[in-house]
Amino acid sequence: MNQLTLNHYLLASGLLFSLGFAGVMLRRNIITIFMCLELMLNAANLSLVAFSRFHVGADGLPNYNAQVLVFFIITVAAAEVALGLAIIVALYRARQTTHVEDIQSLKF
Amino acid sequence: METTLPWIILLSPLASAVLILLFAHRSKPLSVGLSLAAVFAALGATLLIASGTSVLQTSATWIDLGPAFHLNIGLKVDALTRVMLLVVTGIGALVHVYSTVYMAEDEGKARFFGSLSLFMFSMLGIVLADNLAMMFIFWELVGVSSFLLIGHWFTKPSAAKAANKAFLTNRIGDFGFMSGILLVWAATGSVEFSGIQDNLGKLTANPGLLTLAGLCLFCGAVGKSAQVPLHVWLPDAMEGPTPVSALIHAATMVAAGVYMLARIFFILEPSPAALGVIAAVGALTAVLAALMATQQDDIKRILAYSTLSQLGLMVTGVGVGAWGASMFHLFTHAFFKALLFLGSGAVIHALHHEQNIWKMGGLKKTMPKTFLTFAIGTLALTGTPGLAGFFSKDAILLAAWHKSTLVFGAALFTSLLTAFYMTRLVVVAFMGEARPPEAKHGHDCPAAMTLPLIILAVLSVISGYEFFARSVFGAELFHAVHAAEHVSMVPVLAISVFVIGTLGAWILYRGREKDPVKIPLFGNKFYIDELYAALIAGTQDLLASFSGWFDHFILDGVIVRGLSGLTWGAGYTLRLLQFGNLQGYAFLFGTGVVVLLYMLIK
Repeated sequence: MNQLTLNHYLLASGLLFSLGFAGVMLRRNIITIFMCLELMLNAANLSLVAFSRFHVGADGLPNYNAQVLVFFIITVAAAEVALGLAIIVALYRARQTTHVEDIQSLKF
Repeated sequence: METTLPWIILLSPLASAVLILLFAHRSKPLSVGLSLAAVFAALGATLLIASGTSVLQTSATWIDLGPAFHLNIGLKVDALTRVMLLVVTGIGALVHVYSTVYMAEDEGKARFFGSLSLFMFSMLGIVLADNLAMMFIFWELVGVSSFLLIGHWFTKPSAAKAANKAFLTNRIGDFGFMSGILLVWAATGSVEFSGIQDNLGKLTANPGLLTLAGLCLFCGAVGKSAQVPLHVWLPDAMEGPTPVSALIHAATMVAAGVYMLARIFFILEPSPAALGVIAAVGALTAVLAALMATQQDDIKRILAYSTLSQLGLMVTGVGVGAWGASMFHLFTHAFFKALLFLGSGAVIHALHHEQNIWKMGGLKKTMPKTFLTFAIGTLALTGTPGLAGFFSKDAILLAAWHKSTLVFGAALFTSLLTAFYMTRLVVVAFMGEARPPEAKHGHDCPAAMTLPLIILAVLSVISGYEFFARSVFGAELFHAVHAAEHVSMVPVLAISVFVIGTLGAWILYRGREKDPVKIPLFGNKFYIDELYAALIAGTQDLLASFSGWFDHFILDGVIVRGLSGLTWGAGYTLRLLQFGNLQGYAFLFGTGVVVLLYMLIK
């Protein structure tokens, strides 16, 4: 009865993703938005790992494809963080702010 | 040997024209010499040919497209050709001689003689051609040389305009002529006169097509022979040098239309409708032009309208079926009208380019030879019994008498007016006292100018008599000239209208200082030029305003501005999406993903 099923993991993952998305939508600090983005990525990782764990093949081993994908996401996320933080630092030097509402000049 | 003569006639003026215009134009005496040599070579060959009576035909293949189309460069000399050859080379030679003096002081003398040779070549080409295609080409060439010669004094704006007017007006007629040739070719499969004649049955089988083809061919004559409604170019063509007016615009080129009608008469004959139209157009031209002539003051313009009127008479002759009589009138008219033009040229030359008859007067005393010859020409034109014009006009009147009272009446009325305006011209210009003092200084011109006048005066007297005409026309053609049955009433009427017209003008104009009659309608040529100007200007305005509207609203408005506006509007709408708010973008992106997912899963 108390056993954790795939749905529990997916629910947690969905909650995490929604929290992340809400953060991206609602927070004004660009670094917070960035962290919320990471949250969304990790929500995706969680569901992938859960899928891997619950899709056991005929040989009794989990499906490693999903785990490989998780590694990819972690790598890409690391690269993205490095790049994104560099941009934010450059932005801050130029504008002395990390508020998204103050950075709206890229429009017509 | 005999078949080379037509080629000599045709090609010697061409050689002269080419040599003058390409090489010799720097030397005036050389150009004049070449041109004279060419025209006398042509005249000599013509006289040799004219002594024979056989039909000469010589040809070389020109275009051979198998059985569908075969065309020769062919020359044909028959009785009709002989008459025209004599007229063209004879008057051509006299005009060349006359021009050596008339144009002596002219800057462009070499160019003038070169163009004159080109004209002789083209005109002889029309006369000698044995097929309609060649005739059309030479038809265009006389148009070109006429253009060059009318515009000889091209620095004068009126001359340049007149040359353009003549050329453009002729284009309209030539378009009809070409359509006619194509129709005839489509129906009979041949453009050669003999071929058309052999296959005429194919054309006559369809009377509508026959009439259409006949009328289209007639259009060519309407343009070249200046019939109503395309007559407007001829009076303006008087801007050219007077010898040109005598040769081209009185004796030969304008008569080419009548010659062409006589050549193709076998096509016209089976179509009474076409002949009716031709007679009507001719009669209308004759009467209208004669009315216009009565109120002109320029000596050359009076003669030009007289030419129009006489050409109308010739076309009427063709229309009533008497093409022989028309050719006879063409023949005599060529002499006396060339005489009158050359005479007027002598007057203009002596009075230093004064052309208004009211600024002349008393020339009888100062220019006796010119007066005498001019008077003979006038009497011949007005139809004095015993002179050439009487006989030839009589032949046309007779034919008209048998055909239609209305046409006969018009022709008779024309004769009355002819007597009237020519007597007016002679009385005002030559009789009485010199009105302005300058007119006293008139003098007879050098022999090279008076000699042609005298020769033409002699011809104007004798060319109507049977012995002379029969020897030129040949027995067979002469029979066609006098085909109509003789009615003694006709000459009586003709003589009486001559007497009435002459006496009327004599009484009205004798001793007058200025014109006692003013009829603006006639003086202004029935406002036809103004009407055309208004019509053309109106049409052009309409066309221009429509084009303007189309350009402004369709091209600029719908196509250019419409497309650019559409692109601009789309861009403007789309750039509203670029509002610059990072989270807004993220929201849109997220919504998009949700929508896509929803669509995928559903």
